[in-house]
Amino acid sequence: MRLPCPICGERDRREFYYQGAAVALNRPAPDADADAWQDFVYLRENLPGDHQELWSHDAGCGAWLVVTRNTVTHAVLGAKLASEADR
Amino acid sequence: MANTLTLTATSPCYGLLPKTVGTCTLTETDLGTLTSVAPFKGRAVSDALKGAHGMAFPAPNRATGKDGARAIWFGRDMVLLAGPVPDPGLGDHAALTDQSDAWTCVTLSGEDAGAVLARLVPVDLRPAIFKQGHTARTQLGHMNASITRTGPDSFLILVFRSMAATLVHDLVTAMESLAARH
Ligand SMILES: [Zn+2]
Repeated sequence: MRLPCPICGERDRREFYYQGAAVALNRPAPDADADAWQDFVYLRENLPGDHQELWSHDAGCGAWLVVTRNTVTHAVLGAKLASEADR
Repeated sequence: MANTLTLTATSPCYGLLPKTVGTCTLTETDLGTLTSVAPFKGRAVSDALKGAHGMAFPAPNRATGKDGARAIWFGRDMVLLAGPVPDPGLGDHAALTDQSDAWTCVTLSGEDAGAVLARLVPVDLRPAIFKQGHTARTQLGHMNASITRTGPDSFLILVFRSMAATLVHDLVTAMESLAARH
């Protein structure tokens, strides 16, 4: 598997570390209720199809990426910097 | 009479290099002062770098300058200035951090240098793709590394200082296995 880092270009999977579903970027407000925090910390959709995933380019530029990957075909459909991703 | 103790600094690859195997030679490279240059948010540092040290701030995956004074792209929003002591004026535009003792710096040269690295590095380093002045942050074996092409058959390789012996071991093993095939 290869991931297209927006800074370094297409790179081997071993340079990256998986950091979880990209919903981690959608942090609730500090005063949000317990249900919102329960959702954020514990609940994940796990449907087959396109997923937004966080990967860090540990052995490359160090950037965190949002990668769109299809969990059925394993096709990697794109990547952008987490700092520039839609929230 | 007081006893005087004299301590002599040793380089990361002291006692390990140089080594020549087959067509390849691995030498330790003293790059001089190493400084990470991380521009403050929204600040352009290229003019200041050019004025002070004669080279532009390199784009990602590129190195500028030449032997003795190089700027090597070193990661997101970071460049390694290798050679000169940084001009204090650069500190107005970027965070400067001394890295001189933190890195092992070696040069791998020779006809088979690219083939040796192809056994250890998951990046296409062939000369048509990875040209002089190109650099990459990637892995060499299991180590995070910075690799820069400095000539048709030569590469500058940096890993953390603590990994000097592993770097030499991995490279020399690849040099030997390649030489054995000739
Ligand atoms: Zn990258």
